[in-house]
Amino acid sequence: MVNFDKVTFEYIRRDEDGNVEGINKALDEIDLDVKKGDFIAILGANGSGKSTLARHINALLKPTEGTVYIEELDTKDEKNHLSIREKTGMVFQNPDNQIIASIVEEDVGFGPENIGVPTKEIWERVAEALEKTGMTAYREKSPNNLSGGQKQRVAIAGILAMKPDCIVLDEPTAMLDPEGRKEVIKTVTELNKTEGITIILITHYMTEVVGADKVYVMEKGSIKLQGTPRQIFSKVETLAEYKLDVPQVTWIAHQLRKAGLKLPECVLTVDELVEALKELVQYD
Amino acid sequence: MSLILDKISYYYGKGTAFETAAVKNITLSIPDGEFIGLIGHTGSGKSTLIQHMNGLIKPESGNIYFNGADIYDKDFKLRDLRRKVGLVFQYPEHQLFETTVIKDVLFGPNNMGFTKLEAEVAAYDALKAVGIGEDLIDASPLELSGGQKRRVAIAGVLACNPEILILDEPTAGLDPAGRTEILNLLKKIHEEKKITIILVSHSMEDVARYAERIIVIDNGEIYFDDEPRKVFEHEDELKKMGLEIPQCTQLVRKLKKCGFDVDEDCLTVEETLASIKECFGIN
Repeated sequence: MVNFDKVTFEYIRRDEDGNVEGINKALDEIDLDVKKGDFIAILGANGSGKSTLARHINALLKPTEGTVYIEELDTKDEKNHLSIREKTGMVFQNPDNQIIASIVEEDVGFGPENIGVPTKEIWERVAEALEKTGMTAYREKSPNNLSGGQKQRVAIAGILAMKPDCIVLDEPTAMLDPEGRKEVIKTVTELNKTEGITIILITHYMTEVVGADKVYVMEKGSIKLQGTPRQIFSKVETLAEYKLDVPQVTWIAHQLRKAGLKLPECVLTVDELVEALKELVQYD
Repeated sequence: MSLILDKISYYYGKGTAFETAAVKNITLSIPDGEFIGLIGHTGSGKSTLIQHMNGLIKPESGNIYFNGADIYDKDFKLRDLRRKVGLVFQYPEHQLFETTVIKDVLFGPNNMGFTKLEAEVAAYDALKAVGIGEDLIDASPLELSGGQKRRVAIAGVLACNPEILILDEPTAGLDPAGRTEILNLLKKIHEEKKITIILVSHSMEDVARYAERIIVIDNGEIYFDDEPRKVFEHEDELKKMGLEIPQCTQLVRKLKKCGFDVDEDCLTVEETLASIKECFGIN
Protein backbone atom coordinates (compact mmCIF):
# COMPACT_ATOMS: atom_id res chain seq x y z
CA MET A 1 0.00 0.00 0.00
CA VAL A 2 2.65 2.52 1.12
CA ASN A 3 6.20 1.82 0.09
CA PHE A 4 9.30 3.94 0.83
CA ASP A 5 12.43 2.95 -1.04
CA LYS A 6 15.59 4.60 0.40
CA VAL A 7 13.82 7.93 0.80
CA THR A 8 15.94 10.94 1.70
CA PHE A 9 14.54 14.44 2.13
CA GLU A 10 16.68 17.53 2.55
CA TYR A 11 15.74 21.03 3.60
CA ILE A 12 18.10 23.62 2.19
CA ARG A 13 18.67 26.62 4.44
CA ARG A 14 19.61 29.84 2.68
CA ASP A 15 20.82 33.19 4.01
CA GLU A 16 19.34 36.56 3.01
CA ASP A 17 21.23 36.63 -0.28
CA GLY A 18 20.06 33.17 -1.29
CA ASN A 19 23.39 31.46 -0.64
CA VAL A 20 23.15 27.95 0.73
CA GLU A 21 23.90 28.03 4.47
CA GLY A 22 23.43 24.41 5.20
CA ILE A 23 21.44 21.31 4.46
CA ASN A 24 19.23 19.53 6.97
CA LYS A 25 18.45 15.91 6.32
CA ALA A 26 14.91 15.48 7.62
CA LEU A 27 14.67 11.93 6.28
CA ASP A 28 17.70 9.74 5.83
CA GLU A 29 17.33 6.64 3.60
CA ILE A 30 13.96 5.54 4.96
CA ASP A 31 12.65 2.12 3.95
CA LEU A 32 9.07 1.45 4.89
CA ASP A 33 6.60 -1.15 3.70
CA VAL A 34 3.03 -0.82 4.91
CA LYS A 35 0.62 -3.55 3.78
CA LYS A 36 -3.02 -2.90 3.01
CA GLY A 37 -5.12 -3.14 6.17
CA ASP A 38 -2.20 -2.62 8.57
CA PHE A 39 -2.43 -0.37 11.62
CA ILE A 40 1.00 1.12 12.13
CA ALA A 41 2.19 3.73 14.61
CA ILE A 42 5.15 6.07 14.33
CA LEU A 43 6.85 7.40 17.45
CA GLY A 44 9.70 9.84 17.77
CA ALA A 45 10.81 13.03 19.52
CA ASN A 46 9.89 16.48 18.19
CA GLY A 47 11.98 17.10 15.11
CA SER A 48 12.72 13.43 14.45
CA GLY A 49 11.12 13.56 11.00
CA LYS A 50 7.72 11.97 11.67
CA SER A 51 5.64 14.72 10.08
CA THR A 52 8.01 15.02 7.12
CA LEU A 53 7.53 11.31 6.54
CA ALA A 54 3.74 11.66 6.79
CA ARG A 55 3.74 14.48 4.25
CA HIS A 56 5.46 12.21 1.74
CA ILE A 57 2.61 9.73 1.85
CA ASN A 58 0.12 11.98 0.11
CA ALA A 59 2.69 13.79 -2.01
CA LEU A 60 2.65 17.08 -0.09
CA LEU A 61 6.43 16.63 -0.12
CA LYS A 62 8.50 14.77 -2.69
CA PRO A 63 11.68 12.89 -1.83
CA THR A 64 15.07 14.47 -2.63
CA GLU A 65 16.37 10.96 -3.28
CA GLY A 66 14.63 7.58 -3.40
CA THR A 67 11.02 6.86 -4.26
CA VAL A 68 7.67 6.73 -2.49
CA TYR A 69 5.07 4.42 -4.03
CA ILE A 70 1.40 4.53 -3.10
CA GLU A 71 0.06 1.32 -4.63
CA GLU A 72 2.56 1.41 -7.53
CA LEU A 73 2.02 5.16 -8.06
CA ASP A 74 5.24 7.19 -7.82
CA THR A 75 4.64 10.41 -5.81
CA LYS A 76 7.24 12.26 -7.91
CA ASP A 77 4.97 12.12 -10.95
CA GLU A 78 2.51 15.03 -10.77
CA LYS A 79 -0.01 13.13 -12.91
CA ASN A 80 -0.44 10.70 -10.03
CA HIS A 81 -1.15 13.31 -7.35
CA LEU A 82 -4.92 13.42 -7.69
CA SER A 83 -5.32 9.66 -7.43
CA ILE A 84 -2.76 9.45 -4.61
CA ARG A 85 -4.68 12.04 -2.61
CA GLU A 86 -7.93 10.16 -3.20
CA LYS A 87 -6.33 7.02 -1.82
CA THR A 88 -4.62 8.58 1.19
CA GLY A 89 -6.19 11.17 3.46
CA MET A 90 -4.53 13.15 6.23
CA VAL A 91 -5.74 14.32 9.63
CA PHE A 92 -3.66 17.00 11.33
CA GLN A 93 -3.11 18.07 14.91
CA ASN A 94 -5.30 21.13 15.28
CA PRO A 95 -9.02 20.35 14.94
CA ASP A 96 -9.82 24.02 14.30
CA ASN A 97 -7.54 24.33 11.28
CA GLN A 98 -9.18 21.60 9.23
CA ILE A 99 -12.82 22.51 9.25
CA ILE A 100 -13.92 24.89 6.54
CA ALA A 101 -17.71 24.74 6.23
CA SER A 102 -20.31 26.15 8.61
CA ILE A 103 -22.32 22.93 8.86
CA VAL A 104 -20.93 19.47 9.60
CA GLU A 105 -22.47 17.73 6.56
CA GLU A 106 -21.13 20.37 4.17
CA ASP A 107 -17.67 20.00 5.59
CA VAL A 108 -17.76 16.24 5.11
CA GLY A 109 -19.05 16.63 1.55
CA PHE A 110 -16.37 19.15 0.54
CA GLY A 111 -13.86 16.55 -0.67
CA PRO A 112 -16.13 14.45 -2.89
CA GLU A 113 -17.69 17.63 -4.32
CA ASN A 114 -14.24 18.83 -5.38
CA ILE A 115 -13.45 15.68 -7.31
CA GLY A 116 -16.75 15.84 -9.20
CA VAL A 117 -18.78 13.12 -7.47
CA PRO A 118 -22.48 13.36 -8.54
CA THR A 119 -24.65 15.17 -5.97
CA LYS A 120 -26.76 12.15 -5.06
CA GLU A 121 -23.68 10.08 -4.38
CA ILE A 122 -22.10 12.89 -2.32
CA TRP A 123 -25.04 12.75 0.09
CA GLU A 124 -24.81 8.97 0.28
CA ARG A 125 -21.09 9.17 1.04
CA VAL A 126 -21.65 11.91 3.66
CA ALA A 127 -24.35 9.87 5.41
CA GLU A 128 -22.16 6.78 5.41
CA ALA A 129 -19.05 8.62 6.64
CA LEU A 130 -20.95 10.29 9.50
CA GLU A 131 -22.48 6.95 10.45
CA LYS A 132 -19.08 5.25 10.62
CA THR A 133 -17.57 7.97 12.79
CA GLY A 134 -20.63 8.13 15.05
CA MET A 135 -21.34 11.75 14.13
CA THR A 136 -24.75 11.35 12.44
CA ALA A 137 -26.51 13.17 15.28
CA TYR A 138 -24.41 16.30 14.59
CA ARG A 139 -25.04 16.31 10.83
CA GLU A 140 -26.78 19.69 10.71
CA LYS A 141 -24.87 21.29 13.58
CA SER A 142 -22.24 23.99 13.36
CA PRO A 143 -18.71 22.59 13.83
CA ASN A 144 -18.00 25.53 16.19
CA ASN A 145 -20.05 23.97 18.94
CA LEU A 146 -18.35 20.56 18.81
CA SER A 147 -15.71 19.31 21.23
CA GLY A 148 -12.15 18.72 20.02
CA GLY A 149 -12.68 14.96 19.74
CA GLN A 150 -15.88 15.49 17.74
CA LYS A 151 -14.13 17.94 15.40
CA GLN A 152 -11.41 15.39 14.75
CA ARG A 153 -14.10 12.79 13.99
CA VAL A 154 -15.65 15.22 11.51
CA ALA A 155 -12.20 15.59 9.91
CA ILE A 156 -11.95 11.79 9.69
CA ALA A 157 -15.46 11.61 8.20
CA GLY A 158 -14.42 14.15 5.55
CA ILE A 159 -11.62 11.81 4.54
CA LEU A 160 -13.87 8.73 4.64
CA ALA A 161 -16.20 10.43 2.17
CA MET A 162 -13.29 10.32 -0.29
CA LYS A 163 -13.32 6.51 0.06
CA PRO A 164 -9.62 6.27 0.90
CA ASP A 165 -7.51 3.14 1.28
CA CYS A 166 -5.27 4.74 3.84
CA ILE A 167 -5.59 7.43 6.54
CA VAL A 168 -2.51 9.18 7.93
CA LEU A 169 -3.05 10.87 11.31
CA ASP A 170 -0.36 13.32 12.42
CA GLU A 171 -0.72 13.73 16.19
CA PRO A 172 -4.52 13.84 15.96
CA THR A 173 -4.95 13.76 19.75
CA ALA A 174 -2.28 16.24 20.88
CA MET A 175 -4.83 18.96 21.65
CA LEU A 176 -7.59 16.76 23.06
CA ASP A 177 -8.65 15.78 26.57
CA PRO A 178 -8.55 12.10 27.67
CA GLU A 179 -12.15 11.49 26.52
CA GLY A 180 -11.52 13.08 23.10
CA ARG A 181 -8.34 11.05 22.69
CA LYS A 182 -10.23 7.82 23.38
CA GLU A 183 -12.99 8.78 20.90
CA VAL A 184 -10.50 9.36 18.09
CA ILE A 185 -8.44 6.21 18.73
CA LYS A 186 -11.60 4.10 19.00
CA THR A 187 -12.88 5.51 15.71
CA VAL A 188 -9.68 4.79 13.75
CA THR A 189 -9.30 1.34 15.31
CA GLU A 190 -12.84 0.48 14.19
CA LEU A 191 -12.26 1.78 10.67
CA ASN A 192 -9.16 -0.39 10.50
CA LYS A 193 -10.94 -3.51 11.78
CA THR A 194 -14.27 -3.25 9.97
CA GLU A 195 -13.41 -1.37 6.78
CA GLY A 196 -9.86 -2.64 6.37
CA ILE A 197 -8.54 0.90 5.98
CA THR A 198 -4.79 1.19 6.45
CA ILE A 199 -4.00 3.44 9.41
CA ILE A 200 -0.74 5.30 9.94
CA LEU A 201 -0.83 6.99 13.36
CA ILE A 202 1.78 9.46 14.54
CA THR A 203 1.59 10.21 18.25
CA HIS A 204 3.42 11.13 21.45
CA TYR A 205 1.02 9.18 23.63
CA MET A 206 2.45 5.74 24.27
CA THR A 207 -0.83 4.27 25.49
CA GLU A 208 -2.39 4.94 22.05
CA VAL A 209 -0.05 2.64 20.14
CA VAL A 210 -0.60 -0.42 22.33
CA GLY A 211 -3.17 -1.76 19.83
CA ALA A 212 -1.11 -1.17 16.66
CA ASP A 213 0.14 -4.05 14.48
CA LYS A 214 3.55 -2.53 14.17
CA VAL A 215 5.40 0.40 15.74
CA TYR A 216 8.27 2.37 14.19
CA VAL A 217 10.53 4.61 16.25
CA MET A 218 12.24 7.48 14.47
CA GLU A 219 15.22 9.57 15.46
CA LYS A 220 17.11 12.16 13.41
CA GLY A 221 15.33 11.21 10.20
CA SER A 222 15.83 7.48 10.29
CA ILE A 223 13.94 4.50 11.64
CA LYS A 224 15.79 3.19 14.68
CA LEU A 225 13.43 0.52 15.97
CA GLN A 226 10.54 -1.43 14.51
CA GLY A 227 8.40 -4.24 15.86
CA THR A 228 5.18 -5.07 17.67
CA PRO A 229 4.24 -2.74 20.55
CA ARG A 230 5.38 -5.45 22.98
CA GLN A 231 8.79 -5.75 21.32
CA ILE A 232 9.23 -1.97 21.26
CA PHE A 233 8.07 -1.27 24.81
CA SER A 234 10.34 -3.95 26.24
CA LYS A 235 13.24 -1.62 25.35
CA VAL A 236 12.53 0.88 28.15
CA GLU A 237 16.08 2.31 28.35
CA THR A 238 16.57 2.59 24.57
CA LEU A 239 13.30 4.49 24.21
CA ALA A 240 14.38 6.98 26.87
CA GLU A 241 17.49 7.71 24.77
CA TYR A 242 15.16 8.60 21.91
CA LYS A 243 13.28 11.00 24.27
CA LEU A 244 10.30 8.67 24.51
CA ASP A 245 8.73 6.92 27.45
CA VAL A 246 6.55 3.84 27.97
CA PRO A 247 3.11 3.50 29.60
CA GLN A 248 3.34 3.82 33.40
CA VAL A 249 2.48 0.14 34.04
CA THR A 250 5.10 -0.98 31.52
CA TRP A 251 7.74 1.04 33.39
CA ILE A 252 6.66 -0.35 36.79
CA ALA A 253 6.67 -3.94 35.49
CA HIS A 254 10.10 -3.40 33.92
CA GLN A 255 11.54 -2.15 37.22
CA LEU A 256 9.94 -5.02 39.17
CA ARG A 257 11.46 -7.48 36.73
CA LYS A 258 14.84 -5.88 37.18
CA ALA A 259 14.38 -6.24 40.94
CA GLY A 260 13.94 -9.97 40.50
CA LEU A 261 10.20 -10.63 40.15
CA LYS A 262 9.45 -13.23 37.46
CA LEU A 263 7.18 -11.13 35.26
CA PRO A 264 6.59 -11.38 31.49
CA GLU A 265 9.10 -9.37 29.44
CA CYS A 266 6.72 -6.61 28.49
CA VAL A 267 3.45 -5.67 30.17
CA LEU A 268 1.18 -3.20 28.35
CA THR A 269 -1.98 -2.78 30.43
CA VAL A 270 -3.03 -2.47 34.07
CA ASP A 271 -4.99 -5.72 33.91
CA GLU A 272 -2.05 -7.65 32.47
CA LEU A 273 0.17 -6.59 35.36
CA VAL A 274 -2.51 -7.37 37.97
CA GLU A 275 -2.90 -10.88 36.47
CA ALA A 276 0.85 -11.45 36.29
CA LEU A 277 1.33 -10.44 39.92
CA LYS A 278 -1.60 -12.66 40.99
CA GLU A 279 0.01 -15.62 39.26
CA LEU A 280 3.29 -14.97 41.08
CA VAL A 281 1.54 -15.15 44.43
CA GLN A 282 -0.19 -18.41 43.51
CA TYR A 283 3.16 -20.02 42.66
CA ASP A 284 4.54 -19.05 46.04
CA MET B 1 -1.03 38.55 48.92
CA SER B 2 -3.63 36.51 47.11
CA LEU B 3 -6.13 36.28 44.32
CA ILE B 4 -9.75 35.76 45.28
CA LEU B 5 -12.63 35.08 42.93
CA ASP B 6 -15.91 35.72 44.69
CA LYS B 7 -19.04 34.15 43.16
CA ILE B 8 -18.14 34.96 39.59
CA SER B 9 -20.34 33.98 36.64
CA TYR B 10 -19.81 34.49 32.93
CA TYR B 11 -22.08 33.74 29.97
CA TYR B 12 -21.26 33.44 26.29
CA GLY B 13 -23.86 34.87 23.90
CA LYS B 14 -25.61 36.74 26.72
CA GLY B 15 -29.14 37.70 25.74
CA THR B 16 -29.24 35.52 22.62
CA ALA B 17 -30.80 32.10 22.01
CA PHE B 18 -27.33 30.59 22.33
CA GLU B 19 -26.67 31.86 25.85
CA THR B 20 -24.51 29.36 27.71
CA ALA B 21 -22.95 29.70 31.13
CA ALA B 22 -19.17 29.17 30.84
CA VAL B 23 -18.44 29.88 34.49
CA LYS B 24 -21.13 29.49 37.14
CA ASN B 25 -20.89 31.10 40.55
CA ILE B 26 -17.28 30.16 41.14
CA THR B 27 -15.59 31.06 44.40
CA LEU B 28 -11.90 30.40 44.60
CA SER B 29 -9.01 31.56 46.72
CA ILE B 30 -5.43 31.38 45.52
CA PRO B 31 -2.96 32.15 48.29
CA ASP B 32 0.73 32.79 47.72
CA GLY B 33 3.14 30.10 46.64
CA GLU B 34 0.87 27.19 45.72
CA PHE B 35 1.34 24.83 42.77
CA ILE B 36 -2.18 24.23 41.51
CA GLY B 37 -3.39 21.82 38.84
CA LEU B 38 -6.58 22.90 37.06
CA ILE B 39 -8.27 20.05 35.22
CA GLY B 40 -11.46 19.53 33.27
CA HIS B 41 -12.37 18.29 29.79
CA THR B 42 -12.43 20.52 26.70
CA GLY B 43 -15.23 23.04 27.03
CA SER B 44 -15.51 22.69 30.81
CA GLY B 45 -14.71 26.37 31.34
CA LYS B 46 -11.02 26.18 32.30
CA SER B 47 -9.80 28.71 29.74
CA THR B 48 -12.66 31.13 30.48
CA LEU B 49 -11.89 30.87 34.18
CA ILE B 50 -8.17 31.63 33.86
CA GLN B 51 -8.86 34.63 31.64
CA HIS B 52 -10.80 36.13 34.55
CA MET B 53 -7.72 35.87 36.71
CA ASN B 54 -5.83 38.66 34.95
CA GLY B 55 -8.80 40.70 33.89
CA LEU B 56 -9.00 39.63 30.24
CA ILE B 57 -12.64 38.70 30.78
CA LYS B 58 -14.91 40.64 33.09
CA PRO B 59 -17.42 38.52 34.99
CA GLU B 60 -21.14 39.23 34.52
CA SER B 61 -21.52 39.02 38.26
CA GLY B 62 -19.24 38.55 41.24
CA ASN B 63 -15.97 40.20 42.25
CA ILE B 64 -12.28 39.56 41.83
CA TYR B 65 -9.81 40.73 44.46
CA PHE B 66 -6.07 40.90 43.97
CA ASN B 67 -4.07 41.48 47.16
CA GLY B 68 -7.19 42.86 48.77
CA ALA B 69 -8.20 45.31 46.03
CA ASP B 70 -11.21 44.89 43.74
CA ILE B 71 -9.72 44.73 40.24
CA TYR B 72 -12.72 46.50 38.73
CA ASP B 73 -12.48 49.39 41.16
CA LYS B 74 -11.94 52.60 39.19
CA ASP B 75 -8.62 53.33 40.90
CA PHE B 76 -7.24 49.87 40.22
CA LYS B 77 -4.68 49.65 37.42
CA LEU B 78 -5.38 46.53 35.35
CA ARG B 79 -1.91 46.80 33.82
CA ASP B 80 -0.37 46.05 37.23
CA LEU B 81 -2.56 42.99 37.53
CA ARG B 82 -1.51 41.77 34.10
CA ARG B 83 2.14 42.14 35.01
CA LYS B 84 1.70 40.31 38.30
CA VAL B 85 -0.55 37.58 36.93
CA GLY B 86 1.22 36.18 33.87
CA LEU B 87 -0.81 34.11 31.45
CA VAL B 88 0.87 31.68 29.06
CA PHE B 89 -1.62 30.61 26.39
CA GLN B 90 -1.73 27.30 24.55
CA TYR B 91 1.00 26.95 21.95
CA PRO B 92 2.62 30.22 23.16
CA GLU B 93 5.42 29.84 20.58
CA HIS B 94 2.93 30.95 17.92
CA GLN B 95 3.09 34.37 19.53
CA LEU B 96 6.85 34.86 19.14
CA PHE B 97 7.21 37.68 16.66
CA GLU B 98 10.53 39.48 17.14
CA THR B 99 13.67 38.89 15.08
CA THR B 100 15.78 37.71 17.99
CA VAL B 101 15.15 35.78 21.18
CA ILE B 102 16.25 38.60 23.48
CA LYS B 103 14.09 41.21 21.72
CA ASP B 104 11.08 38.95 22.08
CA VAL B 105 11.62 38.45 25.79
CA LEU B 106 12.25 42.20 26.30
CA PHE B 107 8.90 43.13 24.75
CA GLY B 108 6.93 42.41 27.95
CA PRO B 109 9.09 44.29 30.48
CA ASN B 110 9.59 47.23 28.08
CA ASN B 111 5.85 47.64 27.80
CA MET B 112 5.25 47.25 31.51
CA GLY B 113 7.19 50.41 32.31
CA PHE B 114 10.48 48.83 33.38
CA THR B 115 13.57 51.00 32.90
CA LYS B 116 15.95 49.84 30.16
CA LEU B 117 18.28 48.32 32.71
CA GLU B 118 15.52 46.66 34.72
CA ALA B 119 14.05 45.21 31.55
CA GLU B 120 17.38 43.75 30.45
CA VAL B 121 18.14 42.25 33.84
CA ALA B 122 14.66 40.72 33.97
CA ALA B 123 14.94 39.33 30.43
CA TYR B 124 18.36 37.73 30.96
CA ASP B 125 17.20 36.38 34.27
CA ALA B 126 14.07 34.85 32.72
CA LEU B 127 16.01 33.24 29.87
CA LYS B 128 18.42 31.77 32.39
CA ALA B 129 15.52 30.43 34.46
CA VAL B 130 14.07 28.58 31.45
CA GLY B 131 17.44 27.18 30.48
CA ILE B 132 18.08 29.15 27.28
CA GLY B 133 21.83 29.66 27.05
CA GLU B 134 23.62 32.88 26.05
CA ASP B 135 24.54 31.31 22.70
CA LEU B 136 20.87 31.51 21.70
CA ILE B 137 19.88 35.00 22.83
CA ASP B 138 20.65 36.63 19.48
CA ALA B 139 19.28 33.74 17.42
CA SER B 140 16.06 34.09 15.46
CA PRO B 141 13.18 32.34 17.24
CA LEU B 142 12.55 30.54 13.93
CA GLU B 143 15.83 28.66 14.26
CA LEU B 144 14.91 27.09 17.57
CA SER B 145 13.37 23.68 18.17
CA GLY B 146 9.74 23.41 19.30
CA GLY B 147 10.69 22.90 22.95
CA GLN B 148 13.12 25.82 22.92
CA LYS B 149 10.56 28.14 21.31
CA ARG B 150 8.08 27.28 24.00
CA ARG B 151 10.63 28.00 26.73
CA VAL B 152 11.41 31.38 25.14
CA ALA B 153 7.68 32.19 25.10
CA ILE B 154 7.42 31.30 28.79
CA ALA B 155 10.49 33.47 29.49
CA GLY B 156 8.66 36.39 27.86
CA VAL B 157 5.94 36.18 30.51
CA LEU B 158 8.38 35.39 33.30
CA ALA B 159 10.44 38.48 32.48
CA CYS B 160 7.60 40.67 33.79
CA ASN B 161 8.32 39.18 37.25
CA PRO B 162 4.82 37.83 37.87
CA GLU B 163 3.61 36.68 41.28
CA ILE B 164 1.25 34.18 39.71
CA LEU B 165 2.05 32.25 36.53
CA ILE B 166 -0.87 30.58 34.76
CA LEU B 167 -0.10 28.14 31.95
CA ASP B 168 -2.74 26.71 29.63
CA GLU B 169 -1.56 23.21 28.65
CA PRO B 170 2.11 24.10 28.38
CA THR B 171 3.10 20.58 27.31
CA ALA B 172 0.59 20.05 24.45
CA GLY B 173 2.30 18.68 21.35
CA LEU B 174 5.68 18.06 22.99
CA ASP B 175 7.43 14.68 23.08
CA PRO B 176 7.71 12.88 26.45
CA ALA B 177 11.20 14.25 27.15
CA GLY B 178 10.05 17.78 26.25
CA ARG B 179 7.03 17.44 28.54
CA THR B 180 9.18 16.41 31.50
CA GLU B 181 11.60 19.24 30.76
CA ILE B 182 8.88 21.93 30.84
CA LEU B 183 7.26 20.51 33.98
CA ASN B 184 10.55 20.26 35.86
CA LEU B 185 11.27 23.80 34.79
CA LEU B 186 7.96 24.99 36.29
CA LYS B 187 8.74 23.14 39.49
CA LYS B 188 12.14 24.83 39.66
CA ILE B 189 10.67 28.29 39.01
CA HIS B 190 8.02 27.62 41.65
CA GLU B 191 10.60 26.62 44.24
CA GLU B 192 13.29 29.18 43.50
CA LYS B 193 11.22 32.25 42.73
CA LYS B 194 8.31 31.34 45.04
CA ILE B 195 5.87 32.06 42.23
CA THR B 196 2.36 30.63 42.41
CA ILE B 197 1.84 28.24 39.48
CA ILE B 198 -1.55 27.36 38.01
CA LEU B 199 -1.12 24.52 35.55
CA VAL B 200 -4.03 23.77 33.23
CA SER B 201 -3.58 20.21 32.03
CA HIS B 202 -5.28 17.19 30.51
CA SER B 203 -2.73 14.83 31.95
CA MET B 204 -3.69 13.38 35.30
CA GLU B 205 -0.22 11.84 35.57
CA ASP B 206 1.34 15.31 35.35
CA VAL B 207 -0.91 17.08 37.86
CA ALA B 208 -0.63 14.11 40.22
CA ARG B 209 3.15 14.41 40.17
CA TYR B 210 3.58 18.18 40.34
CA ALA B 211 0.56 19.87 41.91
CA GLU B 212 -0.09 20.32 45.63
CA ARG B 213 -3.71 21.17 45.03
CA ILE B 214 -6.07 20.10 42.25
CA ILE B 215 -9.13 21.98 41.10
CA VAL B 216 -11.57 20.00 38.95
CA ILE B 217 -13.98 21.99 36.85
CA ASP B 218 -16.88 20.59 34.85
CA ASN B 219 -19.67 22.47 33.14
CA GLY B 220 -18.41 25.78 34.50
CA GLU B 221 -18.55 24.69 38.12
CA ILE B 222 -15.91 23.55 40.59
CA TYR B 223 -16.50 19.94 41.60
CA PHE B 224 -13.38 19.22 43.62
CA ASP B 225 -10.76 21.50 45.13
CA ASP B 226 -8.39 19.55 47.33
CA GLU B 227 -5.02 17.84 47.57
CA PRO B 228 -4.40 15.29 44.76
CA ARG B 229 -4.87 12.20 46.93
CA LYS B 230 -8.32 13.35 48.06
CA VAL B 231 -9.40 14.34 44.54
CA PHE B 232 -8.41 10.99 43.02
CA GLU B 233 -10.56 9.18 45.59
CA HIS B 234 -13.49 10.20 43.39
CA GLU B 235 -12.60 7.86 40.52
CA ASP B 236 -16.16 7.23 39.32
CA GLU B 237 -17.22 10.89 39.36
CA LEU B 238 -14.04 11.87 37.49
CA LYS B 239 -14.76 9.22 34.85
CA LYS B 240 -18.23 10.66 34.32
CA MET B 241 -16.59 14.02 33.62
CA GLY B 242 -14.39 12.42 30.98
CA LEU B 243 -11.34 12.45 33.25
CA GLU B 244 -9.18 9.65 34.57
CA ILE B 245 -7.01 8.91 37.55
CA PRO B 246 -3.31 8.20 36.84
CA GLN B 247 -2.60 4.73 35.44
CA CYS B 248 -0.39 3.79 38.42
CA THR B 249 -3.16 4.77 40.85
CA GLN B 250 -5.54 2.55 38.86
CA LEU B 251 -3.00 -0.25 39.22
CA VAL B 252 -2.61 -0.07 43.01
CA ARG B 253 -6.39 0.19 43.48
CA LYS B 254 -6.93 -3.00 41.43
CA LEU B 255 -4.15 -4.79 43.29
CA LYS B 256 -5.69 -3.77 46.62
CA LYS B 257 -9.04 -5.21 45.51
CA CYS B 258 -7.30 -8.50 44.68
CA GLY B 259 -5.97 -8.67 48.22
CA PHE B 260 -2.45 -7.28 47.78
CA ASP B 261 -1.19 -5.20 50.68
CA VAL B 262 -0.31 -2.06 48.72
CA ASP B 263 -0.90 1.63 49.38
CA GLU B 264 -3.92 2.56 47.28
CA ASP B 265 -3.11 6.27 47.33
CA CYS B 266 0.04 6.08 45.18
CA LEU B 267 0.17 8.99 42.73
CA THR B 268 3.49 8.52 40.94
CA VAL B 269 5.26 5.56 39.37
CA GLU B 270 8.03 5.75 41.97
CA GLU B 271 5.57 5.53 44.89
CA THR B 272 3.76 2.67 43.17
CA LEU B 273 6.95 0.76 42.50
CA ALA B 274 8.10 1.16 46.10
CA SER B 275 4.73 0.03 47.44
CA ILE B 276 4.62 -3.12 45.27
CA LYS B 277 8.24 -3.93 46.12
CA GLU B 278 7.44 -3.63 49.82
CA CYS B 279 4.42 -5.88 49.38
CA PHE B 280 6.64 -8.53 47.74
CA GLY B 281 9.41 -8.02 50.27
CA ILE B 282 12.11 -6.85 47.85
CA ASN B 283 14.15 -3.66 47.70
